[in-house]
Amino acid sequence: MGNRAIAEHAPAAGFYEEKGRFSGLFAWIFSTDHKRIGLLYMISILILFSVGVVFGFLMRLELVSPGKTIMEPQTYNSIFTLHGVIMIFLFIIPGLPAAFGNFFLPIQIGARDVAFPRLNLLSWWLYISGVVFALLALFTGSGPPDTGWTFYAPYSTQTGTNVSLAVFAAFILGFSSILTGLNFVTTIHRLRAPGMSWFRMPLFPWSLYATGWVQLLATPIIGITLLLVIFERLFGVGVFDPLKGGDPILYQHLFWIYSHPAVYIMILPAMGVISEIIPVHAHRTIFGYRFIAYSSLAIAGLGSLVWGHHMFVSGQSYTADVVFSLLTFLVAIPSAIKVFNWVSTLYKGSIVMETPLLYALSFIFLFSIGGLSGLMQGALSVNVHIHDTAFIVGHFHYVMFGGTGFGFFGALHHWFPKMFGRMYNKTHSRIAWFFLFVGFNMLYFPMFILGWMGMPRRYYDYLPQFHTWHLMSTIGSWILISGLILMFANLIRSLRKGERVGSDPWGGSTLEWSISSPPPKENFEEIPRIDHGPYEFKGASKE
Amino acid sequence: MEDESPKHGLVGYGTYFLTWFALLVLTALTVTVAGMKLGSLSILTAIVIACVKSSVVLFFFMHLKYEAPVFKIMVLVVILVLAIFIGFTFFDVSFR
Amino acid sequence: MSATGIAVEQHKDYIGAKIGMWLFLFTELLLFGGMFLLYSVYRSKHPAEFHNAAAELDTIVGTLNTIILLTSSLTMALSIAAIHRGNKRLCMILLAITIVLGTCFLVNKYFEWGAKFSHGIYPNSEYLLSFEKGEILFFGLYFTMTGLHGLHVLVGIIVLTVMLTKIINRPHRGVVFEGVGMEKLQGAHLAVLGERDERVWESEAIDETVRSVAISFKYLPVGKRIRVEEYANLETSGLYWHLVDIIWIFLFPLFYLIT
Repeated sequence: MGNRAIAEHAPAAGFYEEKGRFSGLFAWIFSTDHKRIGLLYMISILILFSVGVVFGFLMRLELVSPGKTIMEPQTYNSIFTLHGVIMIFLFIIPGLPAAFGNFFLPIQIGARDVAFPRLNLLSWWLYISGVVFALLALFTGSGPPDTGWTFYAPYSTQTGTNVSLAVFAAFILGFSSILTGLNFVTTIHRLRAPGMSWFRMPLFPWSLYATGWVQLLATPIIGITLLLVIFERLFGVGVFDPLKGGDPILYQHLFWIYSHPAVYIMILPAMGVISEIIPVHAHRTIFGYRFIAYSSLAIAGLGSLVWGHHMFVSGQSYTADVVFSLLTFLVAIPSAIKVFNWVSTLYKGSIVMETPLLYALSFIFLFSIGGLSGLMQGALSVNVHIHDTAFIVGHFHYVMFGGTGFGFFGALHHWFPKMFGRMYNKTHSRIAWFFLFVGFNMLYFPMFILGWMGMPRRYYDYLPQFHTWHLMSTIGSWILISGLILMFANLIRSLRKGERVGSDPWGGSTLEWSISSPPPKENFEEIPRIDHGPYEFKGASKE
Repeated sequence: MEDESPKHGLVGYGTYFLTWFALLVLTALTVTVAGMKLGSLSILTAIVIACVKSSVVLFFFMHLKYEAPVFKIMVLVVILVLAIFIGFTFFDVSFR
Repeated sequence: MSATGIAVEQHKDYIGAKIGMWLFLFTELLLFGGMFLLYSVYRSKHPAEFHNAAAELDTIVGTLNTIILLTSSLTMALSIAAIHRGNKRLCMILLAITIVLGTCFLVNKYFEWGAKFSHGIYPNSEYLLSFEKGEILFFGLYFTMTGLHGLHVLVGIIVLTVMLTKIINRPHRGVVFEGVGMEKLQGAHLAVLGERDERVWESEAIDETVRSVAISFKYLPVGKRIRVEEYANLETSGLYWHLVDIIWIFLFPLFYLIT
């Protein structure tokens, strides 16, 4: 009933009502408001996510039984390439920073917008152009790319499929990602509200700060690498072509110098989200704030030094193998620090099991499995056994989907009432979570077993003895997809039908919960002065 | 908020001319040294001189000398990162 | 001639702009860094071939281009120094010289590349493919790195030209207060202060009947300081130009001097 009363007196629908220079669609795609750009990103990202899910579904369907099921081998090659390119470059990398980072970073640090609003809009436009080029690569030239998302030379420089355009798309997407990182780092340096020292900043901005630096320093390396692939294809320059003296392993170095840190571009913001969700729903200040903040930087730093562990069987030197293996084990330390601190925060907290917390807890569970299986691969001898098997596929889906994906969904449920001013159906959201969690484990856990048994990744066919696990995995994909449909249906329905909420439905303590839902155009009528840390709950009570 | 504002007034024209002159001298030096056939040392001296020249450009032309510490730290970190990227690749290349 | 010293609060973060530009420069540095990585690996693998191939390049042209770029960096820095001192004319002259020098660099590059092409040395040419592998790599890297650097010089020239036209076309700078900004001025007077803070001119009190206040200033070529922040755009463009110079400072010895 309390909420009803609020609904009647609630102010107009926040920034959605704001009249700008344009109206209709243009009011969105030419808006420099960080909240609108965040939502633009979110919509585009979720559409592409669904496309990626469809490709994943098709792959699983093909693997439901040995031999040809629904598609030709070449089609399968293209589909796993597209699934990878879409999920990595178009969903996970921009996912949390560009959608939720844009929306909440300025609000959480008490600013009216990011440092460079127009650059922010440009970065969305670049993202869309990248998407367009990626789509063009599918339908033009001589067939969609079949290299896998890694575009390994020398195959990528020689295959007849339309690699150049796809690589160019990835280059543009990289530029978009750089601009987002640049914007966030500058924003955090310059626009924190008066009194908000570095250590009064919530942990989500901290994780975005670390991510921003990785985006800035690692992305240019993939940029030049992809350009070189294009030069190689167009002009035959020869830097990766063994016939001309080039060394394809250097391609792998350059690729992973970016793409391993890119894993941290994906996971760090998700860790930031978890660090927001847990204290709010446990109604208890975060345990080890400084350690979580520093560990974000440590992960970003150490994570940039371990790229060689993707190349243990590539023919790189044994010395490099040992060095990179050792460093890989070190990255586990800051990640574990975070996990222990989250668990400690829950201890003796006043836990309310809302949907976001369910996602946060499953993040911890799934990410731990993903992370620890990563350590197994970091060990040299084990790596030789499981390299390029389904084990790897299981591992990175646990980290990326179980980690970042569940973090994304957690953020979606945590901030949904703030972004739209309405609450979703909580029962339905819990059922959807249950389907997702069960489907996820059923889909990806068999991959660990398959990989251990020797099932190679990216294979279109398999031996009969793998059938049971493949079948189980495919059934898992159906459960997972049902969960996704239920979750999105619930959220979309709640956009219009959901119950209106006040400014602080969870009893949160960071700045976004101090302004109305949805936030007004300028976020804050008056920039707040900060005189305490981000997670100080004073007799926290729910509305 | 930490102070990120520059702490200088104006840099004189003369400073820039001196900087330029130093750069020209260093260029002449690196060209001369390259002609001296020092063998394996020649690449080292070339790199060292290039590093000195670029620091001169960074500190004077690009005003880094007069900027707040946060700028200097950032530049240092970035150079370090690049050095690590190149250096770690040699763990592979030199021992293959 | 008296100078103007109007204390008006501006809602633009110039230090933020500078941080943003530096961050962008870092990405540029890493972009070239990837290629320096390739260069260093291939050079360590094929020292003799790199040595021989470098002999094909003309050290004199390389040195000339180095001097041109260094001088253009000087004029760039001087041009910013000039605008800091309010000397618009000198600033424009120096900026124009910078642009001309940048163009000279590219023209030299054009002839240098042209000479290589006419000798049959270009990526994937039959003549080049008959070389040793290390030499093919050297020229592959030479064309990619100097080409990409040239592209950056071109972008720099375009940016500086835009800055130049802006400075030419906008001798005045206007500040307009409307709506939100107005309440800051409510009840206040605008004043022009002289050198010793004496009031040269003062407006009437601003009350709610005043809808907007427009102030325009003219930058006069006097030896008096004008606020540094006004020229942030030129400064950030200058940073970019200097970075391009720094890249060349490394390219020059690596390609021309290792013979």
